[in-house]
Amino acid sequence: MPKQGIIKTILARHKKDKSRLIEIVRDVQSALGWVPPAAVAEIAEALNVSKVDVEGVATFYHFFSGAPAGRYAVYLNDNFVAGMKGRAEIAAAFEKEAKCRFGETTADGLIGLHATSCIGMNDQEPSAIINGVVFTKLTKAKVKQIVAAMKAGRDMARLVTTCGDGANQSKLVRAMVTNNIRKKGPVILAPFKPGEAIRRAVTWTPEDVIAEIKRSNLLGRGGAGFPTGLKWDFCVQSQADRHYVVCNADEGEPGTFKDRVILTEQAHLLFEGMAVAGYAVGAKEGILYLRAEYAYLKNHLEHVLEALRKKAIIGRNAGGKKGFIFDIEIKMGAGAYICGEESALLESAEGKRGEPRDRPPFPVTYGYLGYPTTVNNIETLCAAARILAKGAGWFKTLGTAKSAGTKLLSVSGDCRKPGVYEVEFGLSLQKLLEMVGGRDAQAVQVGGPSGTCVSRGQFERRIGFEDLPTGGSIIVIGPHRDMFDVVHNFMDFFIEESCGWCAPCRVGNSLLKRKLEKIMSGKGTIRDLSDLESWGRIIKTMSRCGLGQTSPNPILTTLQNFRHLYESKVRHDTDFVTEFDLKAAVHAASGVTGQKLTEAHHE
Amino acid sequence: MSKPIIATASLAGCFGCHMSVLDIDDRILTLIDLVEFHKSPIDDIKTFSKICDVGLIEGGCCNSENVETLREFRKNCKVLVSVGECAIMGGLPAMRNGIPVKDCLEEAYLHCPTVDPADRMIPNDPELPIILDKVYPCHEVVKIDAFLPGCPPSAELIWKALVALVEGKPLDLTYDLVKFD
Repeated sequence: MPKQGIIKTILARHKKDKSRLIEIVRDVQSALGWVPPAAVAEIAEALNVSKVDVEGVATFYHFFSGAPAGRYAVYLNDNFVAGMKGRAEIAAAFEKEAKCRFGETTADGLIGLHATSCIGMNDQEPSAIINGVVFTKLTKAKVKQIVAAMKAGRDMARLVTTCGDGANQSKLVRAMVTNNIRKKGPVILAPFKPGEAIRRAVTWTPEDVIAEIKRSNLLGRGGAGFPTGLKWDFCVQSQADRHYVVCNADEGEPGTFKDRVILTEQAHLLFEGMAVAGYAVGAKEGILYLRAEYAYLKNHLEHVLEALRKKAIIGRNAGGKKGFIFDIEIKMGAGAYICGEESALLESAEGKRGEPRDRPPFPVTYGYLGYPTTVNNIETLCAAARILAKGAGWFKTLGTAKSAGTKLLSVSGDCRKPGVYEVEFGLSLQKLLEMVGGRDAQAVQVGGPSGTCVSRGQFERRIGFEDLPTGGSIIVIGPHRDMFDVVHNFMDFFIEESCGWCAPCRVGNSLLKRKLEKIMSGKGTIRDLSDLESWGRIIKTMSRCGLGQTSPNPILTTLQNFRHLYESKVRHDTDFVTEFDLKAAVHAASGVTGQKLTEAHHE
Repeated sequence: MSKPIIATASLAGCFGCHMSVLDIDDRILTLIDLVEFHKSPIDDIKTFSKICDVGLIEGGCCNSENVETLREFRKNCKVLVSVGECAIMGGLPAMRNGIPVKDCLEEAYLHCPTVDPADRMIPNDPELPIILDKVYPCHEVVKIDAFLPGCPPSAELIWKALVALVEGKPLDLTYDLVKFD
């Protein structure tokens, strides 16, 4: 079929709705393997937006490309834990078998090799997504097989011969992903009978539902810990003819994968939590913003939604309450860490680049399409449903005084039992390490790169909002790892994921990384350490969203907790070492003009 | 006590920062009472003959001569100050940093529509400084002791900084001096 026809069909499928721009671009990407300039022009014209708007979207997200990405597009996870588990070997195997390098596509356009940020499989690395199919625990032999199958033109889904456990085996998922649930707790991973929460909620007034959530002291589980009841209250108090409930299913913090497991096994609990939120804030519509990396779960989730509609848990007369309508739509992301930030997520859900908004106004007053919106983490909504089913009093018996309930932890790295643990707040890192088989760790990265790097001497510190708040990513770093490699990988991640809006974040993180490299190469001085500290503070205070406000953390928290490592790397005999090499700097021009350096240049 | 000695240089800059020095208006007479100018485009002294107290550097390093000058300033000045955006960050000249130097030279001297077709050549006289692969901020080449931001830094900022340096007092940077929009 000619290209023109394809794009017309895609535009018609989405009714030329510009809030569906991301869906349109995604369909073009999957039909053509890239988003060619001609397609950009055609989409812009049809939607009556500027080409730059379309181009902006097409270049913002990892899974869209401005050049052919390959009929088989390999996206190999490149976070630090993947590196721990042998990513370099796997990458080399792909390059050898495909005869093409990462960042390139084979001349015949068959295979493209791409690095991508954390895909939520840290407990089963090295992993990759190829044409939407997730491959975990890759080995050199598997890579050989995969590339051979590509050359034979086979469907990647057919290479999944053994499925993981639980719903990963369902016909609608068929993924080799395993859940790795290591510890079930009473809030999120315990059995849940559909209807338990919403049927109870609708017998109360919405105010009473909010009051119950407030009483439970439920705090947002994304890591920031905003009180959920208060958020709902703010939302309902914003007068408007529509309200929205948005579930943030864009867990992109390297090392987190607990939402993957909830979506696989406890989606009904989540959707019921959304219905409870919908009832509380007076919303008729809910949106699940699902990260592109979890697209393989979409059919399964649609199926769960359909089943809940049939049971009148969502949909018309939801929860059995006449006249209460609440339905849920799944909106897909396209690969961008920043979209885990709630205002960026809303921009993306509206079909735009996922750039954070200025706040205030906060989403509770100006959210999705400008309507009051409560954006909650998956785990928060699950907890809300459980609270309605079992009561705020029960919930408060779990955890600590300031951090009620349980927390799902995604544990990976140098430990014997990586996976998902539902633990009560207040657990010390020492106990956790014993539980996961990582007793000899030299450090634990709590909350992913944007969190805190805790050193061995501080393992009595506890998970909880009083001490170590976390979205759930726990990376165990064994004694044989070079901490500088960890920090360097995390800085790479932030540089890649910065949306580029604020100069301190866009430029500053690159400068921090360069400075770090200078120190790693033995050319650093004490002054470079103080530069890192003061520049880090500037980036944190001058960026408008959580990414820039936390991106210097890998450096700042290791400078604090691993100061001796830095001090042993820098030179103490001088306060300035230059990396500038005049001979190297004139090499290029000298090659063009034939000029030679004189004696004076060789000092 | 003898008067403090000041030297200045413009590397890959536009002389805007030097103009800003002149913008202190009649206070330049006070300044001359306070300090002695040594090597500087202002008085056209070309070579260092003594150690200076303060060196003011405008512009980053875009060629081998800039590097040589900057190193010479470092050797001869007790306190070296990066003055303005170009010295601190590379500034406008650094816009070429993303483009290979070969492409830059070819565009400027071979392919540009305003080049005389009869005279298409990349200048290569051995006397000419050699262009660097990119424009470097001064502090990446030598140790810089202080930075005066702005494009250009205002006359007021330069004045206050110089007075503070000469008097050996801390610099009081009020908000209006470092607010640029």
